Amino acid sequence: MNIIVLVKQVPDTSEVKINRETNTLIRDGVPSIINPYDRYAIEEALRLREKHGGKVTAVTMGPPQAVEALKEAVSLGVDDVVLLSDRAFAGADTWATSYALSQGIRKIGDFDLVIAGKQAIDGDTAQVGPETADMLGIPFVAYIRKIEQVEGKKMVAERLMDEGYDVVETSLPALITVVKEINEPRVPSLKGKMKAKSLKVAAWSAADIGADENKIGLRGSPTQVVRIFPPSPRGQREILSGSVEEQVAHLAKKLKAQSLI
Amino acid sequence: MDYLLTEEQIMIRDLARQIAVEKIVPVRAELDEQNKFPRDIMKSIAQADLYALFIPEAYGGLGKKSLELCIVVEELSKACLGVATTYASSALGTYPILLYGSEEQKKKFLPDVASGKSLVAFGLTEANAGSDASGIQTTAKLEGNEYVLNGTKQWITNGGEAELYTIIAITDKSKGPRGASAFIVEKGTPGFTFGKKENKMGIRASSTTELIFNNCRIPKENLISKQGMGFIIAMKTLDSSRTGVGAMGVGVAQGAIDESISFAKNRVQFGQPITSFQAIQHMFADMQTQTEAARALVYSVARFIDSGAKDFSRASAMAKLFGTDVSMKVTTDAVQIMGGSGYMKEYPAEKMMRDAKILQIFEGANQIQRNVIALDMVREATRAK
Ligand SMILES: Cc1cc2nc3c(=O)[nH]c(=O)nc-3n(C[C@H](O)[C@H](O)[C@H](O)COP(=O)(O)OP(=O)(O)OC[C@H]3O[C@@H](n4cnc5c(N)ncnc54)[C@H](O)[C@@H]3O)c2cc1C
Ligand SMILES: Cc1cc2nc3c(=O)[nH]c(=O)nc-3n(C[C@H](O)[C@H](O)[C@H](O)COP(=O)(O)OP(=O)(O)OC[C@H]3O[C@@H](n4cnc5c(N)ncnc54)[C@H](O)[C@@H]3O)c2cc1C
Repeated sequence: MNIIVLVKQVPDTSEVKINRETNTLIRDGVPSIINPYDRYAIEEALRLREKHGGKVTAVTMGPPQAVEALKEAVSLGVDDVVLLSDRAFAGADTWATSYALSQGIRKIGDFDLVIAGKQAIDGDTAQVGPETADMLGIPFVAYIRKIEQVEGKKMVAERLMDEGYDVVETSLPALITVVKEINEPRVPSLKGKMKAKSLKVAAWSAADIGADENKIGLRGSPTQVVRIFPPSPRGQREILSGSVEEQVAHLAKKLKAQSLI
Repeated sequence: MDYLLTEEQIMIRDLARQIAVEKIVPVRAELDEQNKFPRDIMKSIAQADLYALFIPEAYGGLGKKSLELCIVVEELSKACLGVATTYASSALGTYPILLYGSEEQKKKFLPDVASGKSLVAFGLTEANAGSDASGIQTTAKLEGNEYVLNGTKQWITNGGEAELYTIIAITDKSKGPRGASAFIVEKGTPGFTFGKKENKMGIRASSTTELIFNNCRIPKENLISKQGMGFIIAMKTLDSSRTGVGAMGVGVAQGAIDESISFAKNRVQFGQPITSFQAIQHMFADMQTQTEAARALVYSVARFIDSGAKDFSRASAMAKLFGTDVSMKVTTDAVQIMGGSGYMKEYPAEKMMRDAKILQIFEGANQIQRNVIALDMVREATRAK
């Protein structure tokens, strides 16, 4: 089973502060990490490989330093990596990113499954997965929390929903995005880290993946950023616990105390 | 302090630290409370190649030596001594094969140790043979192509959990100390069972059980080296592993310092953080100085061993003695600095103090380490005369 994992390098948002005046992220000196959801994607790919054999390839689009994310993927055990890096990709929105990724995936060719994270913790759109699947013309299933079965060209998986989950059957190849409930990612291995240390990665350019220059980078990005702002902070919340009766009694008391009922 | 570790040693340390932080710290209190063996963590350690670390490359390992092993053990011990003991005891149990095993035995058993498939245990101690190992009564009798083992080992770390057991047993009683031999026994061999799991003061994540041999037949190929080599193998094994116990002491001591200082800087009494009291400051200064001295000794001895030294009994006994005595003192002081909070299970300091105690007892009680060191000194002085 040949699996491609989409890996995005993101700033460690637990370390990012927001400039309250410009409402932009202060990225200076913030370490870069693999998008946390993509670590679940890598882990799931490795587990599928352990079960079914085959090969795992990690793909990222980003500036040259994104190679660090790929090295980390190698230290975790992926077999092969592809770095899509070209000045022409710069300024891509999700559409242009997905186009570049889909072209890269086409060039890799032989694959049964593409796994991406549910969303990136910086961009947060959750669009790249579905868009890439669409451009590749393969089925897309979001929010996978468990892969139940892979058999031949068919996969059965559980999709997390607000209430419970769906069991979804899809043909392969397909693209799925995964949620954190799916597994517990491993730590790197020593052999992997040693391999990663000496890894040389030759980047694929826009020309290498036969990308249409009107569909990549800033030029290929239909999105217009009008305004960026952090969501207003949520007010005080309290989560009630105990039996239903206790919770109801507690809630009624609170509402009464504030003369709301 | 910079110990001039290589880039690779730093990589190894960082990896062990990542396991400690991500996999061990979140569950250590639960493992301790519930006396629960850390199976998932052992899987992570295996996946990270940390069992491969101390196995030669020819048998699927990474061929690293004492220093690397000490570095890993120290990092794991910072988080949980029970987990570190489980890991380190597997190395302890493997030493007889590494040091004295035949090519066939190495080929047969070591790859599974390297991959983490086989956890290993070392079985020397018995009810009537603790510090005085020569008192062991477990016997092994050659019958045709098999040795037949009878007897009971006591307090064996990884008992029940390990796949492989290196066992010291008497093959010829008449020969005294030259009458013992070392064997490899696989879990599941008929006649080999486990007693109850001990309920311990500390290192409760580790499993400690009896090993019961009742006409247990093992192939004669499982004899390590020659008959009569048992105690020599046991002593060399302990010489090799003791530095690692010193490293455990350094780790748990450092863990306790880190916990107590981060607590103390936020604890306000008399209108100021308790770290502003000189009495507390001096305790920290002593704790860190002693721990650093222990670390320097442990690393030096490990490097000495790795340089190919032949006789390092005294050196490794000193590393064990000092590192573990320091750990008991430092963990006790950490609890003291944290006051009542240090005594509560909400904080890890009390566990560290309970855990540290074992280090002064097992792999040769510290009195025995002093015996080893002093005897060697006296011998040297006599020779010099
Ligand atoms: C409105 C808007 C405007 C933007 N403008 C710019 C801009 O002007 N310049 C600029 O540099 N960036 C810009 N970005 C950022 C960039 O478009 C996104 O970071 C990128 O397209 C991925 O989208 P996302 O972060 O929302 O990922 P999501 O869609 O949330 O990511 C889901 C999954 O897709 C995969 N994935 C996402 N991105 C990559 C990647 N690069 N490589 C491999 N796999 C990936 C991962 O598996 C990830 O878990 C903009 C983003 C937005 C939302
Ligand atoms: C949790 C745990 C795990 C263990 N794991 C293993 C294992 O994996 N494999 C294994 O083989 N064993 C193991 N042991 C056994 C351990 O090595 C012994 O407990 C240790 O060697 C001490 O022996 P003892 O407990 O019988 O004490 P004793 O020998 O009875 O000693 C009691 C006290 O007398 C002192 N003493 C004894 N002789 C002298 C002397 N000559 N001079 C001065 N003082 C002396 C000792 O220092 C000690 O303070 C383990 C023990 C424990 C508690």
